[in-house]
Amino acid sequence: MKRILFLIVLFTFSVAGWAMGGETQNISVSNSNSEEELNVKELILDHLADSYEWHLFNTKNSSVTIHLPVILYSKTSGWNIFLSSKLHNDKNNYKGFGIATDSKYKGKIVETTSSGEQVRPLDLSITKNAASLLISSLILILIILGVSQSIKRDPLKPKKGFSGIMEMFILMIVDEIIKPAIGEDYKRYSPYLLTLFFFIFFNNLLGLFPLFPGGANVTGNISVTLVLAIGTFLVINLTGSKKYYKDIFWPDTPVWLKVPFPLMQIIELVGTLTKPFALMIRLFANIMAGHAIVLGLTSLVFVTLSLGSAINASMTVVSVIFTVFIDFVELLVAFIQAYVFTLLSSVFIGLAREKEPEKENKELTLEKLAEPGNHL
Amino acid sequence: MSLLTPDPGLVFWMSVSFGIVLLILAKFAFPAIIKAVDKRTGYIEESIKSAREANEELAKVKETKARILAEAHKEQNAILKETARIKEEILQDAHVKASQEAEKMIAEARKQIHAEKDQVLRSIRSEVTIMSVDLTEKILREKLGNDNEQMNMIDRLLDEIEISKS
Repeated sequence: MKRILFLIVLFTFSVAGWAMGGETQNISVSNSNSEEELNVKELILDHLADSYEWHLFNTKNSSVTIHLPVILYSKTSGWNIFLSSKLHNDKNNYKGFGIATDSKYKGKIVETTSSGEQVRPLDLSITKNAASLLISSLILILIILGVSQSIKRDPLKPKKGFSGIMEMFILMIVDEIIKPAIGEDYKRYSPYLLTLFFFIFFNNLLGLFPLFPGGANVTGNISVTLVLAIGTFLVINLTGSKKYYKDIFWPDTPVWLKVPFPLMQIIELVGTLTKPFALMIRLFANIMAGHAIVLGLTSLVFVTLSLGSAINASMTVVSVIFTVFIDFVELLVAFIQAYVFTLLSSVFIGLAREKEPEKENKELTLEKLAEPGNHL
Repeated sequence: MSLLTPDPGLVFWMSVSFGIVLLILAKFAFPAIIKAVDKRTGYIEESIKSAREANEELAKVKETKARILAEAHKEQNAILKETARIKEEILQDAHVKASQEAEKMIAEARKQIHAEKDQVLRSIRSEVTIMSVDLTEKILREKLGNDNEQMNMIDRLLDEIEISKS
């Protein structure tokens, strides 16, 4: 234990030394182009938001960046496809398109019309998150297909190694989440729910991995969680039972609550929307917060630089220890959030498939479980 | 805040990539995995069941074996007992017969001895009679050689008869 502690301290000091070395380098550079102070808020928000290029790392003089393709459809000039490097010219303008620096479209590509107005074109650019999604999807497909091939090859032999772990994972999801929540008809839904789980889990993990192709804030992006929530919403409502729809449009309440003014119907309809909405926000907020915390703790090293080397060194130790700790927590969160998303999706699907009306107890507990406030 | 507004481009790419992942994995990967695992589960259950059945069968066979062995032991004991009994009987029989035979033989021998003794005795008696008659004749001849003597004799005999008559 003592040795491990010693190693950690040694490691943190070496990191601090390296960081300071890097920073002095930066300072020498920044001296030449006026003032450049680290804005932690900007840095974190920049990371959390999407971008048109994928910044990999800095070398001494320049940064290594992958410029991603920009795909735009504008009403005036039609389809425009070009690399994002074209946007980085002196005028910050290419064919009338440029990245907005302020206004409500900050960070996004806008088109300046002839009247000087800034309009947002239909932007189908492969941004950093989109590229990360495509890559992770490809890897995920390859991994799961590989596992399925290896299991299919000799189904009677228990698997070892990676296939065995994946099989254990899959069985755990099926047996502990999908089967109890959905009930008899679970086999129909398990492919969707398993895909959901592994998609979220894999992207969460990839987001924690700081090197290419990881590190993008994919599942902490509201667009991504929105699509996942819409998927669950569609599955819930397209396969709902008669009772589910009866409960929405003609619930068991006094008639005056339903007839002249459809109060109950409105409440129930809002309820169907809040379920996927809660799913969307929960995943988004958890993953985004995780990224923000890690970035914030890492920034501690650079923020305290101006406070003198003693404070800086001690804060560096604190920062590294906390970052390592939070990274472990985030590993847990990556799993838990995928688990919770899948669990709640299964529970909602199971609720929408309910047939007999006498299962009030079960419904109560499930509903309690499903409430957004009661979960991570 | 821009963080909270979904971006249509990313929504599009997310839909595309998630749709493709869902299509491929939900169609080709997960059902196959679940099927394979179910197959294995079924196989294992089947194996356990048949193993249990085999065990039961084995136990039954063992039981039968034990029963048969016990029966055989019983049979053996019975046979042994029977044999001993028969042997005893035969011995007894032989004894009885032998003693009977011996008695018979002894009785016969005795009879024979008796008969022979009788015969011998008879022959001895007749011999003795003959000899005594001869002797008497000789004696008488000796004694009654002269007339006096004969007369005395006759007188004495007459006296005797007289005495016995009176």
